[in-house]
Amino acid sequence: MSETTQYQEINDLLSKNSSYKEGFFTQTIVDTFAKGLNEEVVRAISAKKNEPEWMLDFRLKAFAHWKTLEEPHWAKANYDAIDYQDYSYYSAPECNSCSSDCPSGNKGLSMEMDPEVAKAFASLGVPIYGEDSAEKANIAVDAIFDSVSVSTTKRAELEKLGIIFCSFSEAVHDYPELVQKYLGTVVPYHDNFFAALNSAVASDGTFVYIPEDVRSPIDLSTYFRINEAKTGQFERTILIADKNSYVSYLEGCSAPVRDSYQLHAAVVEVIVHENAEVKYSTVQNWYPGDEDCEGGILNFVTKRGICEGAHAKLSWTQAETGSAITWKYPSCILKGDYSIGEFYSVALTNRRQQADTGTKMIHIGKNTRSTIISKGLSAGKSDNTYRGLVRILPSAEGARNFTQCDSMLIGDQCGAHTFPYIEVENATAKMEHEATTSRIGEDQLFYCQQRGISEQDAISMIVNGFCKEVFSELPLEFAQEAEELLAISLEGSVG
Amino acid sequence: MLLTVKNLHAQVADEIDKPILKGLNLDIKPGEVHAIMGPNGAGKSTLSSVLAGREDYEITDGTVEFSGDDLLALSPEERARKGVFLAFQYPVEIPGVSNKLFMQTAVNAIREENGLPALDMFDFDRYAQSKIDLLKMPKDLLDRSVNVGFSGGEKKRNDIFQMALLEPKLCILDETDSGLDIDAMKVVANGVNSLRSPDRSFIVVTHYQRLLDYIKPDFVHVLFDGKIIQSGGFELVHALEEKGYDDMIQAHQQLQHNQK
Repeated sequence: MSETTQYQEINDLLSKNSSYKEGFFTQTIVDTFAKGLNEEVVRAISAKKNEPEWMLDFRLKAFAHWKTLEEPHWAKANYDAIDYQDYSYYSAPECNSCSSDCPSGNKGLSMEMDPEVAKAFASLGVPIYGEDSAEKANIAVDAIFDSVSVSTTKRAELEKLGIIFCSFSEAVHDYPELVQKYLGTVVPYHDNFFAALNSAVASDGTFVYIPEDVRSPIDLSTYFRINEAKTGQFERTILIADKNSYVSYLEGCSAPVRDSYQLHAAVVEVIVHENAEVKYSTVQNWYPGDEDCEGGILNFVTKRGICEGAHAKLSWTQAETGSAITWKYPSCILKGDYSIGEFYSVALTNRRQQADTGTKMIHIGKNTRSTIISKGLSAGKSDNTYRGLVRILPSAEGARNFTQCDSMLIGDQCGAHTFPYIEVENATAKMEHEATTSRIGEDQLFYCQQRGISEQDAISMIVNGFCKEVFSELPLEFAQEAEELLAISLEGSVG
Repeated sequence: MLLTVKNLHAQVADEIDKPILKGLNLDIKPGEVHAIMGPNGAGKSTLSSVLAGREDYEITDGTVEFSGDDLLALSPEERARKGVFLAFQYPVEIPGVSNKLFMQTAVNAIREENGLPALDMFDFDRYAQSKIDLLKMPKDLLDRSVNVGFSGGEKKRNDIFQMALLEPKLCILDETDSGLDIDAMKVVANGVNSLRSPDRSFIVVTHYQRLLDYIKPDFVHVLFDGKIIQSGGFELVHALEEKGYDDMIQAHQQLQHNQK
């Protein structure tokens, strides 16, 4: 496939960042992996999806590059090196054996859905039969089960407006020009170790295109479910908002309890054109593992968006409660003049969970603005790290950033860490950074208990109060879900 | 009897051999208002904390019965749900949590204990407004975060407001008057007086007599060295006002000396 060179300079700029270079662009050569994952597997995945030549080329290029990279361990999280040969790279509900002579599995929509899969999504509360309850559910859903998209609802309705909302595999077939135009432009295959791995073995994901002057009347969403044991999920999501358009996109995820670690390495690319606005919300509830976080999801995600045109706006909101290890930095490249980037995050860790999450705001255009509100909650024996970069390039005349990082400790065996990186190369920039650390005090708990409120309710009330600023950015039902998740995730965190 | 305290001994949990309460006895009937007075370090705040169930204290001897329950066996929230309310000497701030959410949660926890259905947002609002009117509290009280940015007086008033909402059987005011100017003290006293009823009792712990001039307790006890050394009616307040604690303490020590 053809590299879109216009983004090359941005990536070069990014790679110049010394503090982050070690992490995102490791260059050391390591031993190559044998078995489990090899070129044949990559070819097989591509064949399984009946992919055109350009897509296979993209995969192979990425795979060749991935083999030269070393697994990054700079995040403030301890984990053993992952045995990539120990994972399966393709799993689909309709044929578990996955031999290469399977009939084409890419047409997720046309095939009958496995009733068990349907049941799974129903019990997760995901409305996969959009047409049945069209009046009720004001949301379109793409449901992804292991490696394939099993259902995408409300497509016809959206198509009338010219909105494309389908699985990534379908987009490769039905909209090859669009996919080729944008794939790997924001997150190139050589961006980092996990992005390279994802580019090589990308399973499924969601493709969204909002045409010029269209406001999506409903929220679009994807629900990811990892089901098979020892399976990696490597979804690839591309979202494009053309000029003067608007979309609110939601993402939810979960996985069953397993006793071995599961791998999740996703790549999300968002392109926001002139005057367009994208709200991207995530409620991440991957399985965090048992008491010691053995067997949880290892979540290594590269999310990045570019505000391509003037007055473009991209806003990331995330509630991270699951995963044994989270490694995730949804970022905004503010290229268009007057473009706006926002990052609102609540990251909760409990037990032995480790989260290293934050954002990168790269200011390139004039009068670009970014806001970062990060709320980290640590309980149990967990570690919670905010790592963020705000970079003002020489061209970014009049750029502004406001950053607020608040940490809350629950109990006395957890850790909260903040690593803010601020690099300013234009003297007209205005930067604000605020940070607080607090602890849920015995006094607060006793005060609540003395009013008849149980300790558990008191904690979730205080925690939700702490997270209010972020939750108010989430769509309503999502905010509620996030609040409930926090309460569940905090159970047994004190005493 | 609503509350029966017998031979209560208590100390700070990790400071053994430093007893604070040394055999305290107290009986309170429904509807009575008892004042507990005494010099600094007598054990006044310890008594309040022990009755409310603060974990920092360890009970080494004695019993406390509340409406037929063994109070010491109950968790702090169970005590609260059964009708024990403590107005704090230093009400705690809870950022981000509105008074409304806080008190709706509390009221519903207590309603559940009493087998009543939970109040929804609208019912609670109506109920809370009625109490705000009764106590002449500021209208925006419910919308503010619990005690955040409140002055000392406002915090105490907020505690009295909470007391009115929860309708407890036993209200313990732990030096509520400390640090209050005369106007704030009047507000607190008015609050307490308007909540007095034949089935609600009060323990008013205080260092000064001023608050008691407004509240007019039925009984006054003087606490010294972990014990009640003298009990009486409202006249005891005036005796203390004239002579201070010293005379009473010296008389008490002389008495003990003679007994030995």
